[in-house]
Amino acid sequence: MDKIINVPINKEEARSLVAGEKLLLNGVIYTARDAAHKRMIEDYKEGKPLPVEMSNLAIYYAGPAPAKPGQVIGSCGPTTSGRMDLYAPQLMEWGQTMMIGKGLRNKAVIDAMKEYGAVYVTAIGGAGALLSKCVTEMSCIAYEDLGAEAIYKLTVKDFPVIVTIDSQGNNLYDTGKKEYSK
Amino acid sequence: MKIVHFSEIVKAVKTMCIEANYYLPEDIYDALKQSERLEESPIGKDILKDICINADIAKEDHIPICQDTGTAVFFVKLGQEVYIEGGLLEEAINEGVRQGYEEGHLRKSIVENPLYRKNTGDNTPAIIHYEIIAGENLEILIAPKGGGSENMSKVYMLTPSQGIEGVKKAVLEAVSFAGPNACLPVVVGIGIGGNFEKCALLAKKALTRDIESSNEDMRMAQLEKELLKEINNLGIGPQGLGGTTTALAVHIETYPCHIASMPLAINMGCHVNRHKQVRL
Ligand code: SF4
Repeated sequence: MDKIINVPINKEEARSLVAGEKLLLNGVIYTARDAAHKRMIEDYKEGKPLPVEMSNLAIYYAGPAPAKPGQVIGSCGPTTSGRMDLYAPQLMEWGQTMMIGKGLRNKAVIDAMKEYGAVYVTAIGGAGALLSKCVTEMSCIAYEDLGAEAIYKLTVKDFPVIVTIDSQGNNLYDTGKKEYSK
Repeated sequence: MKIVHFSEIVKAVKTMCIEANYYLPEDIYDALKQSERLEESPIGKDILKDICINADIAKEDHIPICQDTGTAVFFVKLGQEVYIEGGLLEEAINEGVRQGYEEGHLRKSIVENPLYRKNTGDNTPAIIHYEIIAGENLEILIAPKGGGSENMSKVYMLTPSQGIEGVKKAVLEAVSFAGPNACLPVVVGIGIGGNFEKCALLAKKALTRDIESSNEDMRMAQLEKELLKEINNLGIGPQGLGGTTTALAVHIETYPCHIASMPLAINMGCHVNRHKQVRL
């Protein structure tokens, strides 16, 4: 059975999720790709306010396709998370508790997840049409000039993800592969 | 001699951009369906099921299968007897891309200078490979290519003594390296021979073959089969979360090469392995 989770989640909730669990996310998540991450960190260094409240934040690594007339959002699958590895530990230090993406993470990210209490969940890469059906509202809240790479606030309903690396460091990429290698 | 008008090409390319991004080729869809039946991991099975549902939704709603609607890559075969009227072929293709990506609500993913990264705003320029052929036909094939899987592709300059074992080792290494980042299951395009740039082009072209097809050379067809089995024995599985479906197919293309070299290129084609062809 898929577990229904209301996002955002706090650190305790993040720590309770276990690699291999399938979740349906309900609530609010924010998109950000490398360009937006880079700018947030630069803004912070320059003493400017951050565009979103970082505490308990869930970030979706995605850059949606443009919406057709009548659509809330265009196709919106995850992008490769590794490109955010450089920035993710800083965001977790600021309070981010959930990262949504696809693909491998480096050791620094996993160490930060353990330290701050955060979870890495993955959505199906390439399932942008299906995932677009799980978004009920979308608005651009910052860095509009970045186009698809701006920060969008998404309200999601039963958005399907899989807990891939949990806050203990259990990693489904490793255990899954081991289980099925012949 | 046959005359093909600039505007005809623009129109055809525009439609191809949209259709290639909305409708997954049937051979790929069938291969995904079959892998869903055979997959041993329960999570993997669910993922493959969702991937098929995703393609169904895209088809029904006429929306992009994946938000990354790719670099517009073209393979053009231009008959020597064709005369293009009204403008340059290259401009016609780029104009078609411009219109297709706009009207089809496709994402524009191309930046001008790779170091300064300003979006060109219309997904141009396309990357176009030309081949001059005999006759009166103009054949255009589009293969929109996503960045995620492209980034996991590799070129190895092997030496002749490394032989078949060297090729196998490199391919398995490349697939393991690509792992979860390449939106598995993949189609693995392999180019062997030629030179540095030729092998990469062969690998890309290999991705456009029908998924059920085998190389005409029995020895290469055998190698395709063996590699597919060995890749799927790695256990990486759908999306890299473990399972028996890591690749849907392995396609090898070869070309003669220099006595001193054995270039090898591996181009990862994600499960949204789109392509579409027209003949004008
Ligand atoms: S690699 Fe393919 S399926 Fe994955 S996001 Fe890119 S285009 Fe989509």
